[in-house]
Amino acid sequence: MRIGIDVGGTNTDAVLMDGDRVCAHTKIATTEDVTTGIAEAVKTLLSGTQYEPSAIQGVMIGTTHFINAIVEGNRLAPTAAIRLGLPATAALPPMSSWPERLVRAIDGRAYMCHGGHEIDGRRIAPMNCDELARVAEEIAAQGVRSIAISSVYSPVNEECEREAAEILKELLPGASLSLSHEIGRMGLLERENATIINACLSELADHICRGLAEAVSGAGIDAPLFLSQNDGTLMDVDYARRYPVATFASGPTNSMRGAAFLSGLRDCAVVDVGGTTTDVGMLRNGFPHEASTEVSVSGIRTNFRMPDVLSIGIGGGSRIRSEPFGVGPDSVGYRLTEKALVFGGDTLTCTDIAVAAGIADIGDRSLVRHLDRTFIDAVLQRISEDMTNVVDRVRTSSEPIAVVAVGGGSILVPESLPGVGEVRRPEFFATANAIGAAIAQVGGEVDRMYSIQPGQRDAVLDDAKQEAVDKAVSAGASRSSVQIVDVDEVPLAYLPGNATRIRVKAVGDLVLAR
Amino acid sequence: MAYTLELDDLEDLARGAALLGTGGGGDPYIGTLLVAEELRRGRTIRLIEPDEVDDEALVIASAFMGAPTVVIEKIPGGDEPVTALRRLERHLGRKADAIIPMECGGLNSMVPLLVAARTGLSIVDGDGMGRAFPELQMETFGVYGVAGSPMAICDERQNVTIIDTGDDNRSMEWFARGVTIRMGGVSYIAEYPMSGTDVKRTAIPGTMTLALRLGRVIREARESQQDPFQALIDYLSGTIYEHARILLEGKVVDIERRSADGFVRGTATIATFDGATKVELTFQNEHLVARSDGKLLAIVPDLISVLDAETATPITTEALRYGQRVRVIAISTPAIMRTPEALDVFGPRAFGLDEDWTPVEKLAPL
Repeated sequence: MRIGIDVGGTNTDAVLMDGDRVCAHTKIATTEDVTTGIAEAVKTLLSGTQYEPSAIQGVMIGTTHFINAIVEGNRLAPTAAIRLGLPATAALPPMSSWPERLVRAIDGRAYMCHGGHEIDGRRIAPMNCDELARVAEEIAAQGVRSIAISSVYSPVNEECEREAAEILKELLPGASLSLSHEIGRMGLLERENATIINACLSELADHICRGLAEAVSGAGIDAPLFLSQNDGTLMDVDYARRYPVATFASGPTNSMRGAAFLSGLRDCAVVDVGGTTTDVGMLRNGFPHEASTEVSVSGIRTNFRMPDVLSIGIGGGSRIRSEPFGVGPDSVGYRLTEKALVFGGDTLTCTDIAVAAGIADIGDRSLVRHLDRTFIDAVLQRISEDMTNVVDRVRTSSEPIAVVAVGGGSILVPESLPGVGEVRRPEFFATANAIGAAIAQVGGEVDRMYSIQPGQRDAVLDDAKQEAVDKAVSAGASRSSVQIVDVDEVPLAYLPGNATRIRVKAVGDLVLAR
Repeated sequence: MAYTLELDDLEDLARGAALLGTGGGGDPYIGTLLVAEELRRGRTIRLIEPDEVDDEALVIASAFMGAPTVVIEKIPGGDEPVTALRRLERHLGRKADAIIPMECGGLNSMVPLLVAARTGLSIVDGDGMGRAFPELQMETFGVYGVAGSPMAICDERQNVTIIDTGDDNRSMEWFARGVTIRMGGVSYIAEYPMSGTDVKRTAIPGTMTLALRLGRVIREARESQQDPFQALIDYLSGTIYEHARILLEGKVVDIERRSADGFVRGTATIATFDGATKVELTFQNEHLVARSDGKLLAIVPDLISVLDAETATPITTEALRYGQRVRVIAISTPAIMRTPEALDVFGPRAFGLDEDWTPVEKLAPL
């Protein structure tokens, strides 16, 4: 038995699953403190069944806490970024392309020191202990306790980051250190950005992860706790505490994976309708299609593995106007139950239209009886057109594709989208997020430069694959289930020795102790 | 007319330069950050037309050379291209009056702007490649008699090498490539010192503002829900890059790359959604040739670029991925790049293709 929980901005959904079967599900309002909401959800979930907390073998949680903290710019730790790369890289100090607002929110301080590697393995410049000691002194004087360390070519050689971390640990005992080679791939700025984000989330991660663990053990469950990552795989709670940045895009990923599970489809478009937005993405081979270019989070460029999702401002709480006619993008959000007409409020929302049209039955139907049928149809028509448009932009072929609608607001999705095809709304569609978290797999990835000698390509590739498999296994996957899901080779121009960048990703089923 | 570059121009310029990069030349993004940093510090960049350069002026070409993939990891210190220029000036015993981009396509659209911002020198609106090419001799400056030498190469430690191979520009490229590898795979150069008269005679004029306008045309079409491809074709018809053709819209169905002789060589296959028609692109850093069923559609030095089918965002050969929905566009090069002398240096045979050049407007008539 496993429990999947999705903690959203408005609602917390929880599902209880026995293998592939959904045994129970529940939805409660998200609470300000993490612990109570989750404890409440678990209690409600189990109370309707004959299962004991001791039967639970794993709890999987998807959370938007960390990305929301960045988007809102609060609860972030003051952070120092130290880059090893001088005399190179000086033209663009850490955080130089960040929005001013976020630099202030983390009280960000940038330092550049000598060090880093060349592509061929030489050091750019020797590291200088005195230089680092001076930086440590300044950081200590300012009371900063979260530090991001990046170094040129650290995905190929992490020596400099490790050496700097050793020195800083000694000088700043208790400081939380994030090292870029553990967080990002090639591309110094994007990797460094992700590392700084990770560092500024460290205190919040501590707090949230402790809260989650307490909520689960408080419910009498003695089972490992996992958080879902951007690519639809899981990490254990200790890993999440150290790498909170890896949870960033887990929301869309979970709903898409949940949709795949519920519909039984491995290739389809997924339309996830929440309170404020509709997110549309493509599933390929059961996994979300990842963005091919760099993804900007709140104005900061990163190179996370993130699903390629398009969003429009249409959800259950979207505000509707008649003059001029419009649906969204603004939404009443979590105040739906006080603002919407069917709940006695004064704001016309998509939910009211759904109730008036007879496709939903919530609140007091008599409160929307006055709405004109032509107007209702016009709103539904607009929603249908906008959704069709987004699905059309996301799909990669003009062939009809399967469309799966999930999420609490998905009653708004019409039965079929013109020119695209029929829409499926699987059972338990409203809790697809939590199901996606429950069924997530674990993965391992290798992304590094290799020097490939003639005739050695296969051997090098095999090494990289083996390393990815080992990483997946050490993350908790059963070895027999691990598969290589992505291999990518990019040879580097202009250099001898066939320098090649190889990326390999392996994923497998999580082993749960009986 | 001289033009002062604004901060808001940089994204458009980068987009247009990536289109002119024909798949190679590196993603100009990091360059926009470098230049934006200069503009925010209050420095200015003034673009002048070739006609505004004095005949007797000394103009020096500025660029980076090496692997763009190294630049995204080993970001420059910022002084390298300036030091290269200063050391070449010292070697020549004369100060430059203006600089000129070597290559308007890709990341090299931005490096000379950094130099212009830091030195206050004007930058000529034009270049020697009219697109991106992989080697230093592939410039109209050299095609029409300007020697690339002496040139200066600099790295982030301020190590400098001066190379002088007389008027043998191929040898200059060969030595410079070796030095660049020793410098860690990327270097910053000052080359082709020339007179204002030479600039007017040998440069491809207006290519920097062309890149800027192409990027702007794509963005404005997107913002007003127009077709960015039609907007591009319409705009190009009024320029020296007169003929543009959409060769195909489809999906990337195969991509194969290998490292050979210090270049990325490979092929990309794009198929229409019904699979009925395929276009095969052969590239060596940049796209060299487009064929469909063995039939030639476009060939170097004409431009072949792959753009996102929806947004018309240019995609470099490195960023091409299976499944991407793209359109392939071919664009005619200006007349100055189509003479027999020019084709000798950067026509199909210069890339080892056993084929003559045929203009894209003949291969793919409207």
